[in-house]
Amino acid sequence: MEKLQVVHVTKSFGDNIIIKDVSIQLRSHEIVCLLGASGGGKTTLFHIIAGLHQPDAGQVLLDGRDITGRPGQISYMLQKDLLLPEKTIEDNVALAFLLQGVKKKEARRRVAEYFPEFGLEGTQKQYPHQLSGGMRQRAALLRTYMFSNDIALLDEPFSALDMMTKRSMHQWFLNLMEKIQMSALFITHDIDEALLLSDRIYLLRGHPGTITKELVLHEPKPRGGDFELSEEFRYYKSIILNELGL
Amino acid sequence: MKRKLPNITSKLYAPAAILMLLLVWQGVCMMDLVPGYMLPSPEQVWQAFVSDAPLLMRHAVYTLQEAIAGLLIGIGLGFVSAVVMDRFQTVYRACYPLVILTQTIPTVAIAPLLVLWFGYEMTPKIILIVLATFFPITVGLLDGLRSADQDTVDLLRAMGANRRQIFTYVKLPGAMSYFFASLRISISYSIVTAVISEWLGGVQGLGVYMTRVKKSYNFDKMFAVIFLISALSLLLMWLIDWISKKSMPWKRTD
Repeated sequence: MEKLQVVHVTKSFGDNIIIKDVSIQLRSHEIVCLLGASGGGKTTLFHIIAGLHQPDAGQVLLDGRDITGRPGQISYMLQKDLLLPEKTIEDNVALAFLLQGVKKKEARRRVAEYFPEFGLEGTQKQYPHQLSGGMRQRAALLRTYMFSNDIALLDEPFSALDMMTKRSMHQWFLNLMEKIQMSALFITHDIDEALLLSDRIYLLRGHPGTITKELVLHEPKPRGGDFELSEEFRYYKSIILNELGL
Repeated sequence: MKRKLPNITSKLYAPAAILMLLLVWQGVCMMDLVPGYMLPSPEQVWQAFVSDAPLLMRHAVYTLQEAIAGLLIGIGLGFVSAVVMDRFQTVYRACYPLVILTQTIPTVAIAPLLVLWFGYEMTPKIILIVLATFFPITVGLLDGLRSADQDTVDLLRAMGANRRQIFTYVKLPGAMSYFFASLRISISYSIVTAVISEWLGGVQGLGVYMTRVKKSYNFDKMFAVIFLISALSLLLMWLIDWISKKSMPWKRTD
C-alpha cells in the first residue's frame, strides 16, 4: 500500500528552479533512500513533504489524503538532533504529546515504555548535553516515532556521527525498523549507507533536481557487514556511480 | 574531595587581591604619604560606617526600594517590548530607533526636569531607573529571541506547533541566558541611577546622604557609602546569578 506519494512536484525560489517534476512513492514498512549530492534539492523536497513549503506544482499525499503545504502531519529528523537543550530527554521525546496539550505526567507515561526498545533506558531525566551524539540521535528518532508511529522523514540522520558510531547506529536502526514496522524516507549522500538500509533507492540529480533512476534492492534485511563486501553490493554501487557519472 | 581543592584555592585569588589592596591603602595612610583629611584609611572608613550604620541602613533601604521598583518595571517593559518587536516586524522597524534614542538622553540632563514634573519623592527616580534598565533587557532579549534556531522552529512547525508554542518551547528558553546577561547590566544601572537621581534632588536615600557628607567634607563617610553602594550592587548580582542557575537547571554542569 502507498504510504506517502509525492506527485509531480516542482519548486523554485525566484528564477531558480530547485526540483522539477519529482515523483516518489513510499510504501508501508519500506525504507526508501533519496540519494543525491548536497545542494541538489533534497532538503527542499523534504520541506515540501513536511508541509513547510508550498510546491509550485504537484501534490503530497499521505495515505491517499492531500497534505500539500500542511505541516503537522509528518515529523522528521535531521543531522542535527534538534533536541531542546532545556528539556529532559523524556520531555523532548514526549514533545508531540505536549504540543497536543496532553498533561506532562500523562505524556511522560506514554513515552516511558519505548525507552528500552530505543536503547535509551535511564536517560529519561537527563538533559541532551549529557548524552553522546549517537544517543541523542536515538532520542530524536524516538521523538519522531512518538509523533507518527508509521512514517518518518530522515534527512542524513547519521552523517554527523563518527564512522564507528555511524556503523553501530546503522545496525541498530535496521533492527529497530524491523521491530517497529515504520516506513521511512531516508535522505543521504552516502551510497554505502543507502545500499545498507534501503529497499529502494531514488537518485536525485541535476539542476533542477529530477529523479533519474529508481533502484530496487532485493537483498534481505537486516543487512550486516558481510553484505558490504559482497559481489552484489559492488554491482549496485557500480550502477549508482555510473548513473551519477562518477 | 580531592577535586574540590583547586576549586577552593582558585576562589581565594580575588579576595586575596582585595585584601592586598586594602593593606597597601592602610600602609599608605599610616606612613602619611597622603594627607589624612583627603584619604582616610580603611580603618577610619570602617569606623565611619559603623558609627553611621543605622542612618546608612535607612537610606539604603530607600534607595533599594527605588532601584528594585524601577528595575521590576524596567524588566517588565523591556520584556514586553522585546516580545512585541520580535513578533511584529513593523513594530520593530518603527520602535527600535526610538528605543535607541532613549539611551542618547543623558540621565543627568533630564533628572531635574523629572523632579520639576514629579516632585522630590520616588516617582521621578523610578522613571529614570526604568529608562536606564529597560534598554539592556529589550536589546538582549530581542537578540536572544531572534537567534532562535530556525531548524528547531521548522521542526516544531512540522509537528503542528502554533506560534505561541514555538515561543514557549524554543524562543523563550533559548533567550534566557541572553536575558540574564542583560539583567546583570540592568541591576548595576538601577543602583547607580538611583544614587545619581538622588544627588539631583531628593529627601532620602544614599545619594542624598552622599551630598550631605560631601558638603561637610566627611571623606571617611564618603568612602563608607561608596563601598556600601558597590556591596549592594554585588549582592543583587549574586542574587541574579543564583536565580539564573535555579531557573536554568539544564545549564548546571555535573
